[in-house]
Amino acid sequence: MLRYTVRRLLQLVIVVGVLSLLLFAWLRSLPGGPVSALLGERATAASRARLTQELGLDQPIFVQYWKFLTRAASGDFGVSTGVQPGDTASEIFLQRFPATLELSFLAIVIAIAVGIPLGYLAARRRGGWLDNLSIVGSLVGVAVPVFFLAFVLKQVLAVDLGWFPTAGRQEGGLDATRVTGFFVLDGVLTQEWDAAWDAIRHLILPAIALSSIPFSVIFRITRAAVLDVLDEDFIRTAESKGLTTPVIRRRHVLRNAMLPVVTTIGLQTGALLAGAVLTEKVFAFPGIGQALALGFERRDYPVLLLLILCAAGVFVLINMLVDLSYALIDPRIRTAGGAR
Amino acid sequence: MVNPRTVRLAALGFAAAVALTACAESQRDSQDEGGGQTGGTLTFATEGAPKLFDPFFATDGATFRTSQQIFEGLIEFKAGTADAEPALATKWDHSEDGLTWNFELREGVKFHDGSEFNAEAVCANFDRWYNQKGAGQSPAVSGYWQDNFGGFSDGATPSLFKSCVAEGNKAVVTLTRSTSKFPDILGLPSFAMQSPTALEQYKADDVQAQGDSFVYPEYATDHPTGTGAFKFSKYDEANGTVELVRNEDYWGEKAKLDKLILRAIPDETARKQALQSGDVDGYDLPSPADWQGLKDDGYNVMIRPAFNVFYLGIGQKNVPALRDLKVRQAIAHAIDREGLVKQQLPEGSEVAENFYPKTVDGWTDDVEKYDYDPEKAKQLLADAGQSNLTVNIYWPTEVTRPYMPNPQDMFGFIRGNLEAVGIKLNVVSKPWNGGYLEDVDSGKADLFLLGWNGDYNTADNFIGNFFSDPNNRFGTGNSPWGATLSQEIQAADSEPDEEKRNGMYEELNKKLKAEYLPAIPISHGPPAIVVAENVKGLVASPLTDERFDSVSLG
Repeated sequence: MLRYTVRRLLQLVIVVGVLSLLLFAWLRSLPGGPVSALLGERATAASRARLTQELGLDQPIFVQYWKFLTRAASGDFGVSTGVQPGDTASEIFLQRFPATLELSFLAIVIAIAVGIPLGYLAARRRGGWLDNLSIVGSLVGVAVPVFFLAFVLKQVLAVDLGWFPTAGRQEGGLDATRVTGFFVLDGVLTQEWDAAWDAIRHLILPAIALSSIPFSVIFRITRAAVLDVLDEDFIRTAESKGLTTPVIRRRHVLRNAMLPVVTTIGLQTGALLAGAVLTEKVFAFPGIGQALALGFERRDYPVLLLLILCAAGVFVLINMLVDLSYALIDPRIRTAGGAR
Repeated sequence: MVNPRTVRLAALGFAAAVALTACAESQRDSQDEGGGQTGGTLTFATEGAPKLFDPFFATDGATFRTSQQIFEGLIEFKAGTADAEPALATKWDHSEDGLTWNFELREGVKFHDGSEFNAEAVCANFDRWYNQKGAGQSPAVSGYWQDNFGGFSDGATPSLFKSCVAEGNKAVVTLTRSTSKFPDILGLPSFAMQSPTALEQYKADDVQAQGDSFVYPEYATDHPTGTGAFKFSKYDEANGTVELVRNEDYWGEKAKLDKLILRAIPDETARKQALQSGDVDGYDLPSPADWQGLKDDGYNVMIRPAFNVFYLGIGQKNVPALRDLKVRQAIAHAIDREGLVKQQLPEGSEVAENFYPKTVDGWTDDVEKYDYDPEKAKQLLADAGQSNLTVNIYWPTEVTRPYMPNPQDMFGFIRGNLEAVGIKLNVVSKPWNGGYLEDVDSGKADLFLLGWNGDYNTADNFIGNFFSDPNNRFGTGNSPWGATLSQEIQAADSEPDEEKRNGMYEELNKKLKAEYLPAIPISHGPPAIVVAENVKGLVASPLTDERFDSVSLG
């Protein structure tokens, strides 16, 4: 188990390392660059040349990459040129990551809290109205683009009905204290309940929009897995040896059905970032997604590089956790791993 | 029955929560500031978060939007116009040669940190600008200084500024040459007066070039200290909001609002929806397509006077045919500018006859107009032997500018015009920051769509920026008259006598159209600002630098 973990961690380092080289080269091969973004219409040939030199962009790419690596080794990933000029890329990451994490966390909680019970119930009453209805619902969830759903939710519930705020993470005038960068948690820790509540209100619509795809996928996988398990011999065995229904459901049906579901949750959590870019744009939510969009528009190399690397790292890490969690759920994997 | 493990876990969780709470005190002020809470809070949505708060180091609209509330210059632009009027200087005069300027200063003005505004403070500001070193000299850091004053005290490039001497209540500023820009440029947000004490205390000039960008000092990020009607309160970076509070010790009429919150909402539709739902009280740069709808819903859409120019640029570097005046005239005749303005541009837009709007000195109606005349365009091309002219044309994506609200449609219109007279076009479209500006500036574009937002009311701010360096994006240096044009522009700019100068600009505008035609001015398009019905007292500015001190919530 330990060797397995270490090996996976090494893989993570290699993936991120190779990706950093590819990304670095790719970003610099994009047309345009930070010089245009910084100077705009005011640029002259002279100011352009000077700034290109000052930013070190006139040097060969491997020299630039080497500089990046040596600085990155000491934890310096460069300074933003476009998203928030003057802040380091790490500061921007630390400031925005909690926002996206809060949003993704709530989205995945919604997806799980609704998807698994619904999938289980739909499978138990296969062919019933609940089953049919939720299948249609999950189809819609997958088929409708996230940004469109976000836009409709916002237009109806926030703009027309005014039940929710339309943009951002929190009202400006609340004078909320910042501790961890997680606005809801901060509000709770400092007992600024109004700030916490306001942050939650800002999260609800984007989280619902963001949860649409993971919900649909989790629901369908749960339903299919439960149906599979219900057909298995050991369920019949359990029934015939006189176990009560609740015990069978909890210990045998759900537990066995959970394996594919956990894989799915892991993959969906990793993929949330893609949806977050669009959701954050619609709700002007200052998270990683918005920073990526802004960074791309303004060609902010250091910020793009760090954010994409971190996203990739998180993705790999989550998948690693999923693989490890198999071992906890399914004893057969544990034994197989031990035998190797 | 309760599982003992559950109890232990709960106890542990509770202990952890208590421990965390202990180290996370609320930092809210226990009582509300001031007693007279009458003016309320206004939240205004901006396009982006400010880069920093020291306007001297900024070129972005979001920083200036904030700094205009906190700072004042010796001169400011009269609300609703681009004309200079007294601010921290009450009056000024200059020597006949235009080199020495005496600014008489307003008395009894204090900076937000309590220090006194006086002639020494003025000169400290000038000296600070002039003595930038290292990273402070980068065009990305002190861009406005370099555009307007040139170089620094190290003398590497010539500077317009020579010295500043405090004489009692007067600041005497000496220049190295006479220029039409002075003193108007002192009204630019970048040249606002900042507290010398605070500048020093928070190491305002300690800009560092770090790797591939610049790191700004504490002053620029946390302690902007000016004399304006609002004081900086805080910047909640994680939430993208800047909070300003009323300056109770303001020398003039105090701000009516208690608080002004500027909130960054980069997405245009999101800004509109935030206004419609009441989350914000107004926002900047509504898309022209939304103007009517917003008006119908009862919002106050204020159309700013157009203070910009949109032009079709002509690059003379690569295609020799474009160095032929006849060909450029043919292009001018081919474009239906009136049609473009009517069909593609918002209400309040005008056809441009000069390279700058009417309100700027030296503008003249007595120029070659190049009416829309496709037949004449074909004839001119034939005369030049260029009936089969092939050129490339660049248009930008991923951008809107106040002078160019819809690049794609505007390009489509111009393309139709040009193809109708038989010009073959190789179309190149690139993202604004993704190679468009780069290619245009390096002379790769034969024809291109671009423009300029004016900073202040002088001709030089427009044509000087375009053509005074012959090595420009139009490649005028490739024509024999390129150098002459730049000399003529410099001569007009350095003429101290206003009347004479305006005459020179009129002549120049005529020649620019009739003889040179380095580009084709097309239109002046107004940007807008929108506020809710209950927001009173906002005066829309052609420079998009509205101050909020006169604003109240009805």
